[in-house]
Amino acid sequence: MTDASMPENAVKTSIHTLDARTKKRNAAEARFKAYGIAAIAAGLMMLVVLVTTIVGNGFGAFQQTFITLDVELVEKKLDKKGNRDIADIKKVSTFGYAPLLKTAFETKVEELGIETDLKSKSMSALLSKSAPAQMRDFVLEDVSRIGQTVEFTFLANSRIDGYLKGRVTRESIANDKNVSVEQLDFVDQMVEAGVIEKRFNIDFIIGADASDQRPEAAGIGVAMAGSFFMMLVVLCLALPIGVAASIYLEEFAPKNWLTDVIEVNISNLAAVPSIVFGILGLAVFINYIHLPQSAPLVGGLVLTLMTLPTIIISTRASLKAVPPSIRDAALGLGASKMQSVFHHVLPLAAPGILTGTIIGLAQALGETAPLLLIGMIGFIASNPPDSLASGLLDPNSAMPAQIYEWAKRADPAFYERAWGGIIILLVFLVTMNTVAVILRRRFERRW
Amino acid sequence: MPVLWLVLIVFALATVGFFVGRMRALQSAGGDSRNLHSLPYFYGTNVALKVLVPALLVLGIWTLLQGVIINNVVSSGLPASAIPEGSTIGLVMSEVRRVAEGLDLLVAEGLMSQSQSENLRAEFTDVRARLAEVGIALGANVENSVLKAAQSYRSMTATGSVIMTLLVLCLAIAGAGFSIAQTHKNFRARNTVERGVLVLLIAAASLAILTTVGIVLSMVFETRNFFGLHSWTDFFFGSTWAPNFRGDSELSILPLLWGTLYISFVALLVAVPVGLFAAIYLSEYASRPVRSFAKPLLEILAGIPTIVYGLFALVTFGPFLLRIFGDGGYLGIDWMTDARSVATAGIVMGIMLIPFVSSLSDDIINAVPQSMRDGSYGLGATKSETIKQVVLPAALPGIVGAILLATSRAIGETMIVVMGAGAIARFAGNPLEALTTITTRIVSQLTGDGDFASPETLVAFALGLTLFVLTLGLNVLALYIVRKYREQYE
Repeated sequence: MTDASMPENAVKTSIHTLDARTKKRNAAEARFKAYGIAAIAAGLMMLVVLVTTIVGNGFGAFQQTFITLDVELVEKKLDKKGNRDIADIKKVSTFGYAPLLKTAFETKVEELGIETDLKSKSMSALLSKSAPAQMRDFVLEDVSRIGQTVEFTFLANSRIDGYLKGRVTRESIANDKNVSVEQLDFVDQMVEAGVIEKRFNIDFIIGADASDQRPEAAGIGVAMAGSFFMMLVVLCLALPIGVAASIYLEEFAPKNWLTDVIEVNISNLAAVPSIVFGILGLAVFINYIHLPQSAPLVGGLVLTLMTLPTIIISTRASLKAVPPSIRDAALGLGASKMQSVFHHVLPLAAPGILTGTIIGLAQALGETAPLLLIGMIGFIASNPPDSLASGLLDPNSAMPAQIYEWAKRADPAFYERAWGGIIILLVFLVTMNTVAVILRRRFERRW
Repeated sequence: MPVLWLVLIVFALATVGFFVGRMRALQSAGGDSRNLHSLPYFYGTNVALKVLVPALLVLGIWTLLQGVIINNVVSSGLPASAIPEGSTIGLVMSEVRRVAEGLDLLVAEGLMSQSQSENLRAEFTDVRARLAEVGIALGANVENSVLKAAQSYRSMTATGSVIMTLLVLCLAIAGAGFSIAQTHKNFRARNTVERGVLVLLIAAASLAILTTVGIVLSMVFETRNFFGLHSWTDFFFGSTWAPNFRGDSELSILPLLWGTLYISFVALLVAVPVGLFAAIYLSEYASRPVRSFAKPLLEILAGIPTIVYGLFALVTFGPFLLRIFGDGGYLGIDWMTDARSVATAGIVMGIMLIPFVSSLSDDIINAVPQSMRDGSYGLGATKSETIKQVVLPAALPGIVGAILLATSRAIGETMIVVMGAGAIARFAGNPLEALTTITTRIVSQLTGDGDFASPETLVAFALGLTLFVLTLGLNVLALYIVRKYREQYE
């Protein structure tokens, strides 16, 4: 080898210095990797944004502004005849109770020595519209309370509640006829005096939905009961049917066209949009069989059909994971095929089946679209169901449907409720999924 | 007798039958179970199954059909004059049912005696006022023909329930009697029971087919009714969606289909690049700890209910876009007038689909054999060149399948578009304007007090059927592609 054999115009290269092409390739490599990191970061950022939005917006729903007042239950107003006859007292409507609130405010203001130009009418406007009804219920419970002075804790109006939570400000109410700047000044004074305060709001978790006018009184408890009864139906139907179907398909089914049809069917059903199941429920369960509309039973049936494929697919996977040696050993000891499946394979597959069922239930719990079609929105169920039959058959809502209902209403105070409802829904989902993961970790066997 | 009690009685009979059957078998074998053909509990189970299965089957079928049959009989008995102008037989029948239900309630609460309720005449009693006592509100006063129909409805329902109760109890007792008589030490109880259980298992597996048949039939029937009232050419080839509940609507699917596809396209524009790059990074670059941390976190996005995304689009993301692109926004341009738009719904749906694309592609990329990567590295390719030129082409059919599945999800998604996409049906190209989709229209046509005989309501079934066919086609195609691809490497 001599230098002479090298072409004159050859570029001298060295493995110690990078040439332009290698640099370009390395840069492309780094870029490509960066795209990947960016994609992951974008996905995780979305998750963080979602979670902070949910918690930030919904946390307020768990706190509520209350106003504590001493109200004198004036006999002259509530029981004109003075004979404590419940029938007569019932005739006094909530309008009859409203003046008592005005008086109560006036006394309170005098007692605290607050100076304000506010009329007592605008003071009592700070209260929720449910306040007179609350007093009336209290009186009707025991008529001997008339004449006494009782300390009540009333819900504050949603505007006042929003003011204490920072949602309503002096600027934002410029065009709002329901609340004035003077009222907010008065609220500031009352907060200082400790009459108005923010507290934990258990009624949001256990209470019922309220009408459009009273976002401050709305709760998700009854809808939660509706969801509970639906999940009960799903569990009672989807688990046994799903397990039975999987056992047949995995252990007994002969290889023929019918089995193929069933299998293709199940995998396709798993991908059918949920709203189609809603149409099925409406057409078959409500229009054809005439089951009651808005009943958790119907919702449960629709969600059962929707979750069945999920449960079947996961059950089949866990049956498949049980090694054939177990079956062979059972058969060898004289068990019938049915006995080997029910006594040996099924118990070994149980943790997997349970995990799949919980995940299926979690999916059903968050599903909304089919519930809209079978009418689980648009009305207010005021009382929690008191028995199994009424829980299944009386019109009710469900948690996601209730959230949707709140999101549709015009008053932004309901958005806070909707986000709060989502927090509760997610708490359930996270719990269920965690249980599923723990079950899998704890009982999963590797053969 | 309420159905619940009937079910409980049948179950009680079955439990008793189980122990009786078991005892009788042991007795016939002289107390020594070795002389029996099967284990003792099989004899008991045989009795229990023969009590439960026929009785509950009849109970179920009867409950399902009784309402339908009585409805048909009563509605065919209604004179034509009972149907007022502008109403339909369906509406009159629902009134008949409400009256019947109200009369039952009146009797149950003791406000009216049984004979009184049977001899009620609309001329003499204000039925509407009486029904209002038990909280049944009627729109108009009750016609005599409706009242008569309601009374025959009641009597038929009552007779039907009595016959059903008797039939179910007889079947249960007959089953018990027959199977107890059967029980003998030489009776092949295990084989009988196992055959019965197998039939039950097959029945459970067939429910999947039944569901599909139910979906298809329920939609096909109503769609046929729809096409009887509305021309199919307008539905498939018209250009306007303008439902009008006074009649004379233009109901064309094309503007809705445009909205659906446009929003799905925007969603895929977000989900596919992010999901695909996430999958590539997770399967090719990420270290084990990063992978086991990031993958489950990404998959949380898929587990969040769609109502959450819907609310996010409606309350947070839509107004955010409006603050950027709207009048007086940060950019100072006025391109957006409403928080609901194609971009709002599409981008939020895209976030939801990220884990869907990423975990499916991740599986597929992992299935590409390592030897192909090693071959590429051996020829001097960098990691990214290997991925771009070897791994991705090999995984392409699977990735296409994953994208098709994601598309089918996007087309069928309901809550996000209901809350984020708006309600205007048109052919618009601006992603910052509101459009509407097939699923949104299904919800709006079927919620509220629609009359199930008008084309405006029935169109929802035609839309549903189209949606079903569309998503089914995409799924079948996707599964076909994925399956074909798998055959190459396994």
